[in-house]
Amino acid sequence: MDISNEYAVQMRGIEKSFGTYKVLDDINIDVKKGTVHAILGENGAGKSTLMNILYGMYHADAGEIYLNGEAVNIKNPSMAIKHGIGMVHQHFMLVDKFTVTQNIILGNETANAFGIINMKKARKDVIKIVEKYGLKVDPDARIEDISVGMQQRVEILKALYRGVDLLILDEPTAVLTPMEIEELIDIMRNLINDGKTIIIITHKLKEIKASSDDCTVIRKGKVIDRVKVKDESKQSLAEKMVGRKVRLVVEKTPANPGGKIFEINDLRVKCARGIETVKGLSLSIRKGEIFGIAGIEGNGQKELVEAITGVRQVESGTIKINGKEIQNTGTRNVIDNKISVIHEDRHRYGVVLDFSVADNAILENYRKAPFCKNGFLDYNARDRFTEELIKEYNIKPERCKGTRIRRLSGGNQQKLVVGREVANNPDLLIAVQPTRGLDVGAIEFVHKTLVRLRDEGKAILLISLELDEVMDVSDTISVIYDGSITGIFNQKEADEQKIGLLMAGGKENDENA
Amino acid sequence: MTRMLKILKKPVTCMLIAIFCGFVVSALILFATGYNPTQSLAIMFNAVFSRPKFITNVIIKSTPIILTGLSVAFAFRTGLFNIGAEGQYIAATIASTVVGISLDLHPILQIPIVILSGVLVGALWGAFIGFLKAKFGIHEVITSIMLNWTTLYLNNYVANSARFHKPESDGTYPINDSGLTMILYNWKFSEEGRSFLKNNQTLNDILLKTDLNIGFIVAIIAAIIVWVLLYKTSKGYELRTVGLNPHAAKYAGISVNRSIVFSMLIAGALSGLAGALYVTGSSSHNIHVLSMFENNGFNGLAVALIASSSPIGCIFAGLMFSGLIYAGQSLQFKTGAPSEIVNIMIGTIVFFVALTQIIPVIADKFTRRRSEHVK
Repeated sequence: MDISNEYAVQMRGIEKSFGTYKVLDDINIDVKKGTVHAILGENGAGKSTLMNILYGMYHADAGEIYLNGEAVNIKNPSMAIKHGIGMVHQHFMLVDKFTVTQNIILGNETANAFGIINMKKARKDVIKIVEKYGLKVDPDARIEDISVGMQQRVEILKALYRGVDLLILDEPTAVLTPMEIEELIDIMRNLINDGKTIIIITHKLKEIKASSDDCTVIRKGKVIDRVKVKDESKQSLAEKMVGRKVRLVVEKTPANPGGKIFEINDLRVKCARGIETVKGLSLSIRKGEIFGIAGIEGNGQKELVEAITGVRQVESGTIKINGKEIQNTGTRNVIDNKISVIHEDRHRYGVVLDFSVADNAILENYRKAPFCKNGFLDYNARDRFTEELIKEYNIKPERCKGTRIRRLSGGNQQKLVVGREVANNPDLLIAVQPTRGLDVGAIEFVHKTLVRLRDEGKAILLISLELDEVMDVSDTISVIYDGSITGIFNQKEADEQKIGLLMAGGKENDENA
Repeated sequence: MTRMLKILKKPVTCMLIAIFCGFVVSALILFATGYNPTQSLAIMFNAVFSRPKFITNVIIKSTPIILTGLSVAFAFRTGLFNIGAEGQYIAATIASTVVGISLDLHPILQIPIVILSGVLVGALWGAFIGFLKAKFGIHEVITSIMLNWTTLYLNNYVANSARFHKPESDGTYPINDSGLTMILYNWKFSEEGRSFLKNNQTLNDILLKTDLNIGFIVAIIAAIIVWVLLYKTSKGYELRTVGLNPHAAKYAGISVNRSIVFSMLIAGALSGLAGALYVTGSSSHNIHVLSMFENNGFNGLAVALIASSSPIGCIFAGLMFSGLIYAGQSLQFKTGAPSEIVNIMIGTIVFFVALTQIIPVIADKFTRRRSEHVK
């Protein structure tokens, strides 16, 4: 395609290496003005790197960038903003204690001669943009008090306030509820109607189908294909992204649950700030059942897991496994009662990043035979166990037992964590966002493992912010809202609309909400 | 080339480069202030290596800082910053002095009791800091610094107390002879010993002219024990896990609070051992009124830093540190150059040690760039 001012962005022959590793290899991309352009690729495909180059965070080793047909050299993000490019990062860059308006004008304050900020004018400007694009944000609310979806809108507002024409959204739906995603897509449409251009980085096919016009597929740093989204199906996009046939639907036979094995009764837990966040929650899980909990972040999921694992004090209520009460008995006792956890934030809770892969493999069992004899560690036993895990779970690179786990990719780290927890042979496996940040292949693997364990008769508690994941994998789907379970469905009868409504605080059978 | 890059990535290489840089900077400063750098460095070298007595003295002086270095390094490996080594050291010297004066048993009992009393008090001092952190969440740096001063004044109180103060001195009585840990102490001053040593110049130098004691051997054993504890036992695994990621440790069923108290207990015991061995091994075998810290604990911080918190590395870092201080005194004596030049040297070395952490990173980059060229 020729360089032309019909295109908001054109990138030609972009190359970028980190060390010996070539992240981007001869990338060409054309984003037409006034469209939503999706960049689709697995984690590590290079899509974020490419956009960070456009935004001036990284510098390409080779290649040119054209904006509206003119060659530009973007050296840093502030130059990018001057050129009318804005980016909303996956992790928001907001000051928690500031109000929405304060965050929006930060770094771009209009002040009088004495350096006093003209907040009135700023607030008016913000409200103007809010109304124009239907962004629905209270300009005076503090960031810490508003939902993640709102925070994202603040990020978008920040860019619009600076007058950008091109908006880059990096994995914008990762943290949103189904309804918030719909609202985001509406906002995107409004922006397009106003003549803006949007680039959306994602690996989620559903959202591409719903939001985008064009799509560039990137795999291992190379452009695989450029397509019109309306000509493609989710399946065909997925295959282009991964480079092989994939199963988008979790393959499993109907559940064959046995007796009740795990039970929570009227559980009450306070969060770190002393506020009760789990409010009389009850649930029960049977052997051979995947019990899913859907819900928006901050509805008590974190405290629920902390309470079960014994990290947080339970105020009242009981937690029973195999008929034995385990609340407030300490984490070690919980582990000894055959409860294992795959944590949401593996870097924080699941692994010790500066330990070797082998040392991480024995994190919970370091004090038990065969890894420990008379208080001394048996490194041979540890290494043998690690090698088995590496082989069984196909962890890459193969000879990594001595490497610090920090150097492994997220997917491979998670494989080790999953392998380790499964090797504990738990009666109850709690999986909290087990596929967060993983690519399609790794997600498939984690889901398969959960189903396999279920078929072996284990009970599985799956807690995820991604509704699709809960709906696809679980046999029983429940919704958590404001610290209690507000609805329980069989997988067959679960309805996304209804569940979405419950997640947002609506009542079951409430037609008007 | 590849081999060189591999060598560059080794921590020991970084350390040597840092030490070299420290010497270069010191030489420049000596030059700038009007002293002959080569001559000065030669004096320093001779001050340490020219006589067996000097080497022995360096070894003796290294004992306390190796141990306080170990204390800091151990705490650091378990995620704690033990700036309280100084206070733990002083507390132990008080305890050992008091017990050493009060008791007079057979050496076989006296020596272990005197040393253990110091170790125990040091351990309690450390554990108290750990307890405050575990129970109330008070940062260990704050409590340690306060406790350091408290201990300093406690030291002065005991040194001035009627029970222990030696008249017309600034300190207490020395501890009873039965608690002394010098090697061949009785023999070397006997008729037989003296006549034997007269014929052996080297041994005469080492034994008779110094306070050669068992401390250094104990310090090496302690370093090995700390290394085994940290890297070979399940307890050590637990402590290191807490040090690197307390959240993961908590979820793995490790009691982080208990771990903190235990770590500080061991760290305190190590500093305490330093103090106890100093009282029993080096004259004047007592405690003095202190107007300022003697820095045996704080120097341990520098030792641990130079050793990158490696227990075995502390032995070498402690020896080097002690050598530099010893050589500095000699430098001042012989050329009139301020002994502060040694402090500058040590400071520069510590600075470069921190700086050389990037050498492996640079080496890594070179390796990659080269392999790209090959492509």
